[in-house]
Amino acid sequence: MTFLAFARGPALQVATLIMIAGIFWRLAGVLLLRRRVAHAAARAPFLRRLTGGAKTIVTRTIPRKNFWPRVATGVSLGWVMHLGLFVILFAGAPHILVLHQITGLSWPNLPKGVIVMASAITFAALIALLVRRLTHPVLRLLSNVDDYLSWLLVFLPITTGILLSGETIAGYGTLLALHILSVEALMIWLPFGKLMHVALVFAGRGMMGFNFARKGAAT
Amino acid sequence: MTQDAETLGTMLARRGFGRRSLLKFAIVMTSSLALPPSLAPVMADNLAKAKRQSVIWLSFQECTGCLETLLRSSAPTIDALIFDFISLDYQEALMASAGAAAELTLRQAVAANQGEYLLAIDGSVPLKDGGVYSLTGGRSNVSMLEEFAVGAKAILAIGTCAAYGGIPKAHPNPTGAVGVEDVISGKPIVNIPGCPPVPEVLSGVLVYFVSFGRLPDLDDRKRPLAYFGTTIHDQCYRRPFYDQGKFAKSFDDEGARQGWCLFELGCKGPTTHNACASLKWNNGTSFPIESGHGCIGCSEPDFWDQGGFYTSLAGGSAAGWRNAGIAAAVGLAGGAAAALSARSKSSRPPEDKP
Repeated sequence: MTFLAFARGPALQVATLIMIAGIFWRLAGVLLLRRRVAHAAARAPFLRRLTGGAKTIVTRTIPRKNFWPRVATGVSLGWVMHLGLFVILFAGAPHILVLHQITGLSWPNLPKGVIVMASAITFAALIALLVRRLTHPVLRLLSNVDDYLSWLLVFLPITTGILLSGETIAGYGTLLALHILSVEALMIWLPFGKLMHVALVFAGRGMMGFNFARKGAAT
Repeated sequence: MTQDAETLGTMLARRGFGRRSLLKFAIVMTSSLALPPSLAPVMADNLAKAKRQSVIWLSFQECTGCLETLLRSSAPTIDALIFDFISLDYQEALMASAGAAAELTLRQAVAANQGEYLLAIDGSVPLKDGGVYSLTGGRSNVSMLEEFAVGAKAILAIGTCAAYGGIPKAHPNPTGAVGVEDVISGKPIVNIPGCPPVPEVLSGVLVYFVSFGRLPDLDDRKRPLAYFGTTIHDQCYRRPFYDQGKFAKSFDDEGARQGWCLFELGCKGPTTHNACASLKWNNGTSFPIESGHGCIGCSEPDFWDQGGFYTSLAGGSAAGWRNAGIAAAVGLAGGAAAALSARSKSSRPPEDKP
C-alpha cells in the first residue's frame, strides 16, 4: 500500500469514525448535563426566546463598540483566519469534490490562485495569533496544551495545503498524502479539545440568547 | 566478418548510412534522454564502435500488450533497434512457431553471452503455489528468472507487470504476482513501467546502454530519471486550466469541449510519473489526456487498486454510512454514560452547591 493510498483509505476511515464517535460523545455529554430548574416566570413568549437565541448568535460574533479598542487585534485576526478557512474549505476545487462525495452537493469553485492567496493570508493570521498568544501576558497564562495543539492541528493542513499547491519540496502524491494526514489528525482531535467549538459555538450562543430572552435581558 | 562481430558503424556504413546519420540519431537520443547536447558526438562515436547487444526477452504473466506496442511503434524505430543495434536472441512470442528449437537458441545465446546479455522481462512473476500459474515449456517463470538473471549484465523490467506486479497483482492477487525486483537482488534492474510502456523509453534505455555500457540514472523506483522525473500533470498542456480552477465536470460538458482540466473526472496525472505528455503515442499524435480521458496512472505501483479511475484524487474511500452510524451510537452511549455518571455523583445541580 502506498503512502497516499494509506492516507486516502484506512487512515481516512479511522479518523472519520473517531471524529463522529467523539462529536456524539461530546454532544451527549453536554445535552445530558443537569440544568438548574427555572422557577421564575418567563418574561418572553417562546417565539421571542427563539428569536433572541438566533439574534445572540449574530451579535456575539461582533464585539460591542466600547470593547473594540481592547479586542480589535484578536478579533480581527480571528475573523481573517476563520474567513480564510471558510474560503479554502468551501471554494477550493479539491475540497468541493470531497464535500460532493460526502453530500452529493456541488457548487462552482474559485481559481487556484485565489485559494492560494486565502491560504497565505490564513497562514499569516495563524502565525500572528500564535505570536499574540505567546506575548500577551494574560493570554499566555490562560493558554494550555489544548490551545497550542489545536493551533498546530489547524496550522498543519494550511501549511501542507500551500506546499501541495506549489508542488515544490516533494512530489504531488507525497504532499497530498501529508495534507490528507494532517487533516485527519485535526479530525481526530476535533471533538476532544477546543476545536469542538466548530459544533458547539453557535448552539452555545443560541442557548445563552434563549435564556437571556426568557429573563427579559438584552440579546 | 560475421554479423555479430561487426560494429554498428561498419554495419551502417555498409548500408549507406554515414556518420552524419548516426550523429543525427544521437542528437535525437541525447535530447530524449535529457543529456547535454555535447554528449551527442560521444554517443555517436560509441555507437559506431559498439557491437550488437545480445538481448534475451522472457514473457511471464502478461497480455503481450507491451510487446505489441513496442513492435508497432515507430519510436527511433524499435524494429531498427532490434535488427541493427541489438541482437534479440530470444523472444517467446515472436519465436513461438519455432517450438523446441527456440529453447535451444535460448541456451546457446545464454552460453555465448554469459555475463553480457541484457535480460528483458515483460509480465509479473507469480509465486503462489510454486509459481504454477504461469509456465513456459513446463518451467515456472520464477525458476527461469532466477536462472537467467545470473548471467545477465542488467535486467530490464518492461511494463508495469514486470516492474511492480501490475494487474495480476491487483487485489486479491490470486497468483501471488510480484515484480522482478521482488525476486532478484544484486543485479542492476531498470523498471520501464506503463501499461503499456512508452516505446521511446525502451529505445532510449537500450541506446544509452549500448553507447555507455551502463544503465541511465534511475529514480528511487528504478525508473529512468530522464523519462520518469516529472509527472504527467507537470507536462500536461491542460495544466493552465488546473491552475485557473477550470475543470470539466463530465466528459461531454462545455468544459470538456474547451479542453479544461480532467482532475475532477479522476485524472491521476498529478501522481503519475511518465513521459506520455511529452513523447506522446502513435507517432506523437496524442496521449490519453489529449484524447479526452484522464490519466489512469498505469505506470505507478498498484495502480489498479488506487480507487476508481473516475474518482478524483481529492476523494478517498469513505468509512460507509453503516460504520458511521455505529461510531455515532458508540459515541452517544459513551457520552450518555459519562454524563449520567457525573449526575449520579451530585444529587443537586452544580449551581445550587454551597
